[in-house]
Amino acid sequence: MANGGSFNVNIYEEDYDYENLGESGPSQDPFQLFKEPACNVQGNPGDIQMEMFTKNSDTSDSESTSSSKESYNGCRLRSLQRNNWSAATRRVLSSMPSRKIGLHSSAGMAVRETCALPTHQTSSRVSLHIPRVTQDDITSPEFEEISTEDEANNLAGSGLWCTETNKEQLVSDLRGLSESEGLRKLRAMPLSLADKMEIRKHFFSPLAKNLVINRNFPCRNLPCMYLSRMWRHCRYAPRFSTSLKLWNSSMKKLSGRYGTGVLSYFTFLRTLLFINLLFFITTFLFLVLPQAIHPPPDSHGESFSWIEIFTGMGYLSRSLMFYGYYSNITIKTTSITSMVPYCIPTAYFFTITISFFIICIILVYSMSKSFGKSFQVFKSDGNLSENVFCSWDFKVTKKPSIRLQSEKISTQLKEQLSELASREEERTLMQRFRNFLVHVAAWFICLASIFFSALGVYFLSKTISKVLQNLDLLFMAAVVSGFNLLLPGIFNFCAWMEKHNSPCTRVYVSIFRNLLLKISLVIILCYHWLGKIAVEQDPQVSKCWENFVGQELYRLLLMDFIFTVLYTFLGEFVWRIFSQKILRKNRKPVFDIARNVLELIYGQTLTWLGVLFAPLLPAVQIAKLFVLFYMKKNSLMLNCQASKKPWRATHMTTAFITLLFFPSFLGAAVFVAYTVWKIKPSSGCGPFRNLTSTLESVKLWAERMKDHHQILSWLIRAYNAFTDNPIFLFMPSGLFL
Amino acid sequence: MGTTASQLPKESLSEYQELTFLTKQEILLAHRRFTELLEGDERNHPNPRVPMDAILTLTELKSNPFKKRICQVFSTSENRDGSLTFEDFLDLLSAFSDSATLEIKSHYAFRIFDFDDDGTLDYGDLEKLVNCLTGETADTRLSSEEMRQLISNILDESDIDKDGTVNLSEFQHVISRSPDFVSSFKIVL
Repeated sequence: MANGGSFNVNIYEEDYDYENLGESGPSQDPFQLFKEPACNVQGNPGDIQMEMFTKNSDTSDSESTSSSKESYNGCRLRSLQRNNWSAATRRVLSSMPSRKIGLHSSAGMAVRETCALPTHQTSSRVSLHIPRVTQDDITSPEFEEISTEDEANNLAGSGLWCTETNKEQLVSDLRGLSESEGLRKLRAMPLSLADKMEIRKHFFSPLAKNLVINRNFPCRNLPCMYLSRMWRHCRYAPRFSTSLKLWNSSMKKLSGRYGTGVLSYFTFLRTLLFINLLFFITTFLFLVLPQAIHPPPDSHGESFSWIEIFTGMGYLSRSLMFYGYYSNITIKTTSITSMVPYCIPTAYFFTITISFFIICIILVYSMSKSFGKSFQVFKSDGNLSENVFCSWDFKVTKKPSIRLQSEKISTQLKEQLSELASREEERTLMQRFRNFLVHVAAWFICLASIFFSALGVYFLSKTISKVLQNLDLLFMAAVVSGFNLLLPGIFNFCAWMEKHNSPCTRVYVSIFRNLLLKISLVIILCYHWLGKIAVEQDPQVSKCWENFVGQELYRLLLMDFIFTVLYTFLGEFVWRIFSQKILRKNRKPVFDIARNVLELIYGQTLTWLGVLFAPLLPAVQIAKLFVLFYMKKNSLMLNCQASKKPWRATHMTTAFITLLFFPSFLGAAVFVAYTVWKIKPSSGCGPFRNLTSTLESVKLWAERMKDHHQILSWLIRAYNAFTDNPIFLFMPSGLFL
Repeated sequence: MGTTASQLPKESLSEYQELTFLTKQEILLAHRRFTELLEGDERNHPNPRVPMDAILTLTELKSNPFKKRICQVFSTSENRDGSLTFEDFLDLLSAFSDSATLEIKSHYAFRIFDFDDDGTLDYGDLEKLVNCLTGETADTRLSSEEMRQLISNILDESDIDKDGTVNLSEFQHVISRSPDFVSSFKIVL
């Protein structure tokens, strides 16, 4: 501390002279200063408003940002007050940063020292409404309070930046806050750890330590003390996010070499894995396990052949995997269940719906968090200063990757500079017309290819109405996966042809086309299943249509996985060897983040669609994601290089989570809801056999329960009122949104 | 390595947890990595100080173009030679950690980019910054004309009070518009 103090005083003495000089400035031309702020303010008022209204407890921006300004302001204030300016003048002048370098240097230096920190009142008025540079014309009237509280902000009282009285003042103001508040504030101050520890010592004097505990938990008996101690211990326990330690070291290696963009793909994969794990655990505990303990009487062990793993027929179709296995019995045989009978159909229904509901909440929560981080999702590339100040990724540690990053930034800056320079040149009418034609042609090709592939799938599904054997069953799934693999290549070619204005637009356009392809394929399949198979219930196709649909989805998922493996192998490994040995190019293929993420979302959609018909499908997806992680990681390390194009990771993550929620999850939820509500379950198999709809099973169960239990009958009456009266349905959804 | 002097006392550990943005595991890992950098006899010193050259051998900092500035900013030594005590090291990791606030990160980013330590980013600072970003090779470096144009554009965009330099508030205003900054200003051991 002593070192810092002496150093600081030196700096200040220079500044004091500057400050005296500076005084003469404002007196000469107050009007000029009034005029200037109007044209100087740039930037988003929205941002500024947001900053103004952040809560104090939210480690507000004031500590570090306006600390320098406030310390300077306090000093300025004295000089201004001496001159008897009007309140408005004082406001404007004090919010103007100094035009002398010296004051800035002291402001920058002084922040580092504890004593230059402003006092923080418990009320948020003072710290929040200190005007910043950009707020010259939005200064708040609270600034008046600062002048009245000038005695409290006595930073420049003795003319020195750093005094013991200031430190004590800071400490006394921190003391006004609760312990956790004060600590949080202290943590967010840009001071060295030694300084913080000293302040903390003052803040928490040994005497106060006991008081602190009692203040927060006013109980003196022993269990309470233990509880409070345990609570404090828990607070410092590893945070939940770091407890997701799976693959942390691999991801660090990847980000060191490839940067944040590629990392976001793997983080997304890990998130999906946990969502599936959650789903799987719920279905396993409440559905699969009870049924496994009480196998239905008509199941026999059948012969097993390897092909059945791929087709899902035979042994698998009569196993826990698919809907057909589950019986419509109520388990009463064990000791627990004889008291509370466990009804399997009800369990089936409720497990699936409640799991969907929980996942909905999780997705909405992460979406809102993501949006909060990047509220300008559709902003274009950003201006130069943002690129210069914010584009360096400190996570990258390998030397070749750093070189690549420098190349990327350099290219980006040069492109932006040349774009700025050429912006004045108007493109000729011919050029613009030609660009327009190219765009139209590209869109036409893409939409036509999507349309024809959808049509192909539609006709294929119609012709496969006769019973197929073995590997022929895989044909449909292979066709769908094949389209998913090949068509994005065409889209990439179109995007290359088009030459968009910015790489951001290009990425969004290709994501949109890819998404359109996948959505149309899935919709065609769903229509085929629900519209044809379920309604007609053709016994030639299958006695148990839910099993059939479940098996189709299982095959689709598996084929998708196989094709991904093939693509990784052919597209990346073989291509690299080909381009290096034969084409003699030194560039490795680039990892296409958007495409891979969309593949993940597609796989997840299939899982969610199929979980009603194949409760163990999340387990398959978990295994697939697990293997995919290691495969992609190794392929990346061996075959790919980091992209040269800038990738706005936060925006993209927000976009991907939105895509996961909006078409993928909601689509699956609508599909499941429609099935449950409208479609007649097949009469030969499954827990809902011989019912007109799945919902009916719940109604029957409710009827039975009403006779037995009082509380449940209450609940059921409430539920009936709830569903009969549509207003009640809108209320929670309104609350929810 | 197993001597008691090189282990972190419990009170210090909880104090560090309270005052930095690091978790317990991160602090212990930092302590381990820090003691690895010390010479044998220094380990028994109560508050050892590691010279900058040793710090720069860490893999996370080795190739970073801002490595020297980072050490100088977080150093509390009298002659600002970039040597770090363990507490300085924790300060460094805390500012670069996952949970540090935007304000802390932008504050320290400003200090790192302020090559001449005068509290503002003037032409010289910005020029050095851009050269660090674009690297050493001839084809990635910006020509002097491009540099001049770039810096004048930067100052046009971010220098609000038109004093020819970017001060802390202006810098933080620019940073607040970029959501990627928090995730890219990270170093994890």
